[in-house]
Formats: sequence, structure tokens, C-alpha cells
Amino acid sequence: MSGLAPNIFAASVSSASHALALAAPSLAHLGALDIAVIAIYFVMVIWIGFYLKGQANTSEEFFMAGREMTAWIAGLSFVSANLGSLELMGWAGSAYQYGILAAHWYWVGAIPAMLFLGMVMMPFYYVCKTHSVPGYLKLRYGQGASFVAAVSFAFMTVLMSGVNMFAMAVVMKVVLGWNLSFSIIVSSLAVAAYVALGGLRSAIFNEVLQFMLIWGGALLVPILGLVESGGWNGFKAKLAHNIATGLTPAGDYTHMWRSMGHFADNPMGIHWTGIVFGLGFAISFGYWTTDFLVVQRVLAANNLRSARMAPVIGSFFKMAVPFIVILPGLLGLVVLQNPDGSLMHLVPQNLATPESGLHSYNEVLPLMLVRYCSPGLLGLGITALIAGFMSGMAGNVSAFSAVWTYDIYQPMINKTAKDEHYVAVGRWATIWGVIISIGTAYLVMSMAGIMDYVQALFSFFISPLLGVVLVGMLWPRATKSGGFWGLLLGTLTSIGLWAWVKADPAALRYVALSPDARDMAENMYRALWSVIVSMGVNIIVSLFTKPKTLAELDGVVMGATKLPVEEPVPFYKNEWFWTVIAGVVFLALNIYFW
Amino acid sequence: MHSGHISIWFFIGVLLSVYGALIAAYGVFELITGQHANVVLWNLHAPAWWGALMLLLGLFYSIKFRPGRND
Repeated sequence: MSGLAPNIFAASVSSASHALALAAPSLAHLGALDIAVIAIYFVMVIWIGFYLKGQANTSEEFFMAGREMTAWIAGLSFVSANLGSLELMGWAGSAYQYGILAAHWYWVGAIPAMLFLGMVMMPFYYVCKTHSVPGYLKLRYGQGASFVAAVSFAFMTVLMSGVNMFAMAVVMKVVLGWNLSFSIIVSSLAVAAYVALGGLRSAIFNEVLQFMLIWGGALLVPILGLVESGGWNGFKAKLAHNIATGLTPAGDYTHMWRSMGHFADNPMGIHWTGIVFGLGFAISFGYWTTDFLVVQRVLAANNLRSARMAPVIGSFFKMAVPFIVILPGLLGLVVLQNPDGSLMHLVPQNLATPESGLHSYNEVLPLMLVRYCSPGLLGLGITALIAGFMSGMAGNVSAFSAVWTYDIYQPMINKTAKDEHYVAVGRWATIWGVIISIGTAYLVMSMAGIMDYVQALFSFFISPLLGVVLVGMLWPRATKSGGFWGLLLGTLTSIGLWAWVKADPAALRYVALSPDARDMAENMYRALWSVIVSMGVNIIVSLFTKPKTLAELDGVVMGATKLPVEEPVPFYKNEWFWTVIAGVVFLALNIYFW
Repeated sequence: MHSGHISIWFFIGVLLSVYGALIAAYGVFELITGQHANVVLWNLHAPAWWGALMLLLGLFYSIKFRPGRND
């Protein structure tokens, strides 16, 4: 889930760990009611874990939640797996810093890919009955590409889980003054318990629970923020006044595309081509259509129609998320005040030292919570943040468990064990995944800057995987060698470009096409180059190697697969109808905030 | 999601009901006693109506998806 987390936030959390003097005052003080709200949440997730233990006896039940999730549950879980607190707080901070540009990561950076997954790719994932994305690669390209993808994915999931855990501990430290180890141990014990007990079903249940909590805990903030600002027009008028009087740095905070004509015209240093092709295609399609962590949720759907509807349902909620993430960040620009009544100015993390008394951009969401939420509501908001972190961890650990068992342990170590054996391996993989995550969390804590590297590492594998899956799914001619070399060279391109810019920052002008490009733009263009290389190599090598016959590709490739005929349903239950509606809403939002 | 098992929506209903009841009760306490937390827009009494909304939603889900009811 943290594949799309803002790198800015990742780096700041990392540096924050060292800046966190023990004497730093916390932002919020919880009362007995708030503590009770948090405690009830923990009781509930453990209860769910124990309750679901009896429904996780076979491998199909443990790893795929019995493939009986409705479209709504799969859809909510699909979105929720990417709605961790790292994203919530990071993007709220980015909205304060860069304005509504941050919403690109929720709209163009997600919606087209989600709809494409549902309408074009899902039938092949679902019909071939794979347990994972590496499993799909095995069916399509054979063991080589599958093993490379499985190992890199398993490695990254436990690493990201640890990063998530550490980020939560830092946030709890900053917001509540909690001890780092206390947060890490309590949250990891809870996650280990409910995932090891209930498997994917338990992880999905908690993701849906978390989704409801986030809306219950966070929606009040923008509502009250808009009331205080005098509505959206009132907010814009106040912001214009603040900019005119020099209280807020000049910039276009309320339009998404107008300042995208040149890298130097917007504070993110991004050009529209980077947003459309880099974010909207390479990064977004890579994450939403090939990252097993999110795809696993949809694979658990109870039939093909549900599997196709799930990302479409998810897309509506994804489009709504900026109202609880981006809007509070924007409102913070005009409503947050210092105790003396003057306008509060948030600063980059490195300036927000305890001595300075200043707050960082990333603290905008907790500051807004503290501003409006009285006892109980504050506990609910904090619980939503904790739940976000925990379901992020659970998502990583449950995906790790499935990939380890099906794509590494079964083909490489023990091919012929009984079903119960693989369930036991999955449970132990969950527990080991959590233990390794704890180790990663402490590693991140002890090594400044490592979090930024982990984020970059994650990005190396996602985009080349897209090139391989997409070509393999849509082009029957793609071969085993093409897939393997495409994945390998695409990954090496990504790593190579990243290392080039690290060694020589001036290389940014070549990688991101402009000397005015910033980090965000570099990520997007790097992903784009990586997909282009991955697809290009795949196609060229495939043209020179022997393809499989169409009969061998049944169920995994468009044109070679006979999709099951779906029963006719009224138009309002048809997935294409809702895809068109989602597309229209997506366009309308972009035009309104143009 | 039923098939003889407890639905996720029931768990959500229970949690929302409990949270809604706690938060609404605090909101009513603020209204009755006149004491209020040091937050902006306290005069809108958000805990009372937000808690009540959560409670209603929670009760709806708890009843509609209660264990043993197949729909």
C-alpha cells in the first residue's frame, strides 16, 4: 500500500525519528473516553480474528478468503488496502504545501487504472484461478519471471510492513507522546493475532472496518472546516486574501491542471506529461493492476461479476477520499491558528524541531483533528489513524504469506504436501512476516534516511511488472523469454536511472526531461522509462523466440480465452454502466477543479 | 457473506453503535451541563449529532445484518 505514499513524508518520518527529542510535547492529550474508544477497537479486531479462525481451515479459505467476498466488501477492501495513515497524513501535508495538485494521486493516479483493472484485466486474473500475481506470471510466462516477481514482492512486503509499523510509532509519538516500542509491539501483536488466526478474510474484514472508521473519524474535520471557512467560496476568498497580504506563499492552490504547462510553473516541479503518462499510466497502472497486495482483495470476490465490480465500486470511494484528506490539508491553510490568534505556518520536517515550537506539514491532519474534535471524537480520529496503519501492515503480511506459500515454498521447497500443511506454512509465514517487520522497523529507526531508500526500492519492481503483465495479458505472441528479460531489464533500468540521479543530480534533466523537475517528477518519468523498456524488451525478445500455442494460453491471454458468459442483469447492476458513470464523475471533477 | 456466518456489516454495526452511543452521550452531557471541550465550533455540538448519526447507522447495520438473519 505504501507504494504510492509520498516520498516526502517517508523521508520526513525517517528524519523525524532522530529529531524526536523525548521532551517534545505531544499534539493531543487523550481523555478516558478517547482511551476507551481506542481500546474498544483493539478488542474488536482480536474478537474478529478469533471468530474467523474457524473459517480459515483450508488454503482457499486462509489465502483467498474462500473466494466468497461480495463486490462491495472486495471493493472497499481494495481501496482500503491503499488508505493507510502514511497516505492520509502525507497527502494532507502535501495538500497544505502544494494545494489541490495532491489530488492527482487520488484521481488521475488511480481511477483510470482501477477501471481498466475491472473491465479489461480482471477476467484473466479471475478466470485462471491464480492465487497471486506471481502465480499469474507462472501460468503466462513460466517459473523464471514468476520467481523473480515472487521473491522481490515477498522481500518488499515485509520491508514495507516494517516501514509502516515504524511510521505509525513515530506518528503516535508525535501526536500522543507514546513510546515508540510500545506502539510497535502492541500493533504488531494485534496484527499477528488477527491475520494468523483468520487469514485474508480477517485482513479484509479489518480493512472494511478501518474504511468505516476513517470516514467516521475524519469526515467531521472537513465539514467543520468548511463551516468555519464559510464554505468553499469562503475558503477561496480567505486564501486569496492571505496570499495578497503575504501571509501564505503565492501559488495556485485550488486548480489541478492550469499550472502544469511547465515544470517551473508549479511547486511540485511537474509537467502534465509526467502526471498523465508517468503517474496516470506507469505508476498508477503498475500499482493498481499488478501489485498483488491490492489485486489479492479482488481475487477473493465470489464471482467474476463481483470481481469486475469491486474496482469500479472502489473507484467511487477513491474519488471521494480527497474530501477527507486533501480538503483538510487545504483548509489548514486558512483556519489553523497559533495560540495568539495569528495564522499558523507549518514548515518542512527538518525545521519543525521541538525547540522551534513549529509544526511540520505532515502534522496538518492531527492539528485539524485536535482543533475540532472533542473527547470521544478525538479518540475516534486517532483510532482511524491506528486502524489505517494496522490494516496496512496486515495487508502486507497477508500478501507476503500467500506469495511465500504459493510462489516460493510450494514450487521450490515442498511441492506435494497436504492442504493443511500449506495453511500451517501460511500461518507461520504470517508470524515470521510480523517478526521480520518488527526487525525492519527497528532497522529504519536506527538508520537515518533508510525509509526513503525502501520507498525507492519498492518503486523499482512495480512499473516493470506492469510492462510484463500488460503485454502478456493482451498479446498472445509474448514469450517466456520475452517476459523474463522484460522484467529484468525494466527493473535494471529503474534502478540504473535512480542511481544515476543519486550519483549526479544534474542527470535529472535527462531522466525527467527538464532541469526544473523535482523529486516527484523524477519518480514519474523513471517509472515511465521503466515500463517502456520492460514492454519494448518483452516485445522484441518475443518476436525472436517461440511462442506458446493459443490452446496453452487459454484462461490467461485476451484472444485465447473464452470468458464465461455472464447472466444478464438490469442496467443498474451492470459493471459497464457503473464504469461509464465513474468515468463521467472523474472527468467532471477534473474539469471543475481544472 | 452470510452463509450461516456473522457478516462483516454486523461487526461494523456493533462498533458504530458503541462508538455512537459513547460520543452522543458525551455530547448530551455537554449540552446539559454547559461544560464544553476547548475546541473550535464547540457551539455546534458536533459530538451530540455526529454520535447520534453513528448510533443510528450502527443500529441499522446491527439489526439488518444480525446473526441468523439470511438476506
